[in-house]
Amino acid sequence: MPPVTRSPRGVFGVVLALACGCSRGTGAASAPFTPDNDTEVLEQVPARATDARARERAALRQELDRQPRQLELAVRLARLELKEGRARGDPRHLGWAQAALAPWWDEAEPPHEVRLLRATLRQSRHEFDAALRDLEAAVREDPRDAQAWLTRAVVLGVRGHHAEAEKSCAPLDTLAGALTAAVCRAQVDSVAGHSRRAYARLSEAMSRRGGMGSPEEQAWALSTLGEAAARAGDSARAELLYTQALAADPDDAYTRAALADLLLDLNRPGDASRLMKDHATDDGHLLRRVLAETALGSAEAPALAQELAERYAASRLRGDTLHAREEARFALHVEKDARKALSLAQANWEAQREPWDVRVLLESALAAGAPEAARPALTFLDASSCEDPGLLALAERLKKAAP
Amino acid sequence: MNRILALLVLLPAIALAHKPSDSYLHLERAAHGFNGRWDVALRDLDTVLGLDSNGDGALAWGEVRTRQEDIARHVLSRLSLGTAGMPCPTTAEGDLRVARHSDGAYAVLDFRAACPVEPSMLTLDYTLLFDRDPQHRGVVQVTGEQGQGTLILSASRHAVEIPLARLSAWSHFGGMVHSGVEHIWAGLDHLLFLLALLLPSVLRRSPTGGWEPVDRFGPALRDVVKVVSAFTVAHSLTLSVAALGLVSLPSRLVESAIAVSVILAAANNVFPRVRGTRWAVAFALGLLHGFGFASVLADLGLPAGGLATTLLGFNVGVELGQLACVAVFLPVAFLLRGASMYRRAILVGGSAAIGLIACVWLAERALDLSVLPL
Repeated sequence: MPPVTRSPRGVFGVVLALACGCSRGTGAASAPFTPDNDTEVLEQVPARATDARARERAALRQELDRQPRQLELAVRLARLELKEGRARGDPRHLGWAQAALAPWWDEAEPPHEVRLLRATLRQSRHEFDAALRDLEAAVREDPRDAQAWLTRAVVLGVRGHHAEAEKSCAPLDTLAGALTAAVCRAQVDSVAGHSRRAYARLSEAMSRRGGMGSPEEQAWALSTLGEAAARAGDSARAELLYTQALAADPDDAYTRAALADLLLDLNRPGDASRLMKDHATDDGHLLRRVLAETALGSAEAPALAQELAERYAASRLRGDTLHAREEARFALHVEKDARKALSLAQANWEAQREPWDVRVLLESALAAGAPEAARPALTFLDASSCEDPGLLALAERLKKAAP
Repeated sequence: MNRILALLVLLPAIALAHKPSDSYLHLERAAHGFNGRWDVALRDLDTVLGLDSNGDGALAWGEVRTRQEDIARHVLSRLSLGTAGMPCPTTAEGDLRVARHSDGAYAVLDFRAACPVEPSMLTLDYTLLFDRDPQHRGVVQVTGEQGQGTLILSASRHAVEIPLARLSAWSHFGGMVHSGVEHIWAGLDHLLFLLALLLPSVLRRSPTGGWEPVDRFGPALRDVVKVVSAFTVAHSLTLSVAALGLVSLPSRLVESAIAVSVILAAANNVFPRVRGTRWAVAFALGLLHGFGFASVLADLGLPAGGLATTLLGFNVGVELGQLACVAVFLPVAFLLRGASMYRRAILVGGSAAIGLIACVWLAERALDLSVLPL
């Protein structure tokens, strides 16, 4: 009968509460403990003994510690950290990449490679305007840099500047090859609401090209194609393409999340949950898992939801608003708080204009009974003459709801 | 092909999967200066200190424990505290522990900072990890005599001056309300006592001596409000008296008496003796429950300035916690009041169970008393 020992527990609770003014603000921590034995594993860290990539990064970092202004070393390390961050979804790698570039980071005119890396890191923190300033300068100073044009196209697309983004894909035809340019254009078309056209053009370019290159390249093209199919309402084809993309590059966290979203939309939460099961350290994946378990009404749902809510709270505590899109979905479907979802979706709308951002704003405005709040997104859909059936249907419901 | 691979690395679509690196530093004003607790992610300590000695990627407690002196030295060297132009040197206290935050395991370092003079302005310079990770943030919480404040420190803003007298009493108040709510949920005997008092509130004594259901919701609600308010007022009174150090009772005696009070309240439901004035019983026994914390509060020696907010916040929290219980209990009990199941199984059975648990408490607490005579 464990509760009978109230005296120590209750009194200890009061001591603790009075001593530290409760745990509010310390990041949702559990009470400190001393592990029982030395073999208890507490955390997963990069394996320097068995993981060649981790060893390489550690060696580069040591070398850079000795001579921090070695541009070539710094750029190499920063790229490796970015690559690792992409595979693991751990933003610490982005911070480590920035640290490698520290000697040049605050310069107005840093070396070209640093400028490009800085733009990538800045956009990952949603500092889109600063990122675009770097990218504008980068394409001016080296108009033959395919990377700069491509990154610029994607960032402009996220911001909803579709015409400019499309223009930024054009130089890729000669600089990086027809397929890269086609994927670039398809991404822009697809975020602009012309997913059918994106699908048609990209699949044609892929069939012309025949066999594709590296697994990552294949995955990138397949995933872009799959996303266009999903937005065009062709779920079966989208599922097939996402699955093929994941088979080519199992590290592709972006595609895995997109597939989970598709499965959730198809009302197959069981499949979505299975897909996410082994990836719970990743907030984006945990969100999909929570949405799936909530839809299933499973016993695990509340604990997982609590964990995710704590992670969001910890992010807010450090002053980040990078999760607004995901948090809005969490508020809408898990916490069932449409008002909260709407204010998050509105804040997110100030930063991002991708189809998911439109959808989150429309859905929360609808759920909150505030169709007026969705006006910016509706205007945006009209202005870009969006053709995606899902978004159009949603917009139609909102227009009916508004007087 | 390599060209494309390189292109992909710099594509923007990085899913922000984890939280970036944060550490949680809590400083609390103490007689010698400050007591500190610092939670630093093991993943971060591993990059700086290479904790994973066998390099297998699985960081085990043994690998952390054997390096605890390095950890303390490194972490404390990245914090400088001072007041009035003089340093408050820090020293680690006790052994390193571990805490689980929402994004993984953290090392917990306890330390103290000794200030040469009584600090009114705290100067703090935080430089942990910024050289390794410019996106690192220090989440610093300072609790002073008047209240507490939270600061987010970054590579571009890492040295701050904190006026201890101006920490927000209101944020402290909020914290205490939260503590009060937590306390009512953590203290089981508190809740059981309340439950024992509330069980009969949807019933009244019948002329034959048994119980019968009340007709309307109003009288039941009034009854509950009277009982809960009396309990809270009494509880707050003794808590305050105890906090001011005016009265202090031996805690074992009080703890045992609380157990007896629960037994009495439960027994009165099964064999009704006290009639009508259950709020008076609630008040009398509430006084006793408030004393349950006498020694704890006296030990803390809270300063007079922050005491009012502390006590008020804490009591408001307790009251809210109780109201939450009542809000769940009362409608259910009112709906079930007519069923004989309520009178037999819930009132009698539940009270008997509560009484039984309290008997075990009493035995435990009394046993303590006989084993360790004061």
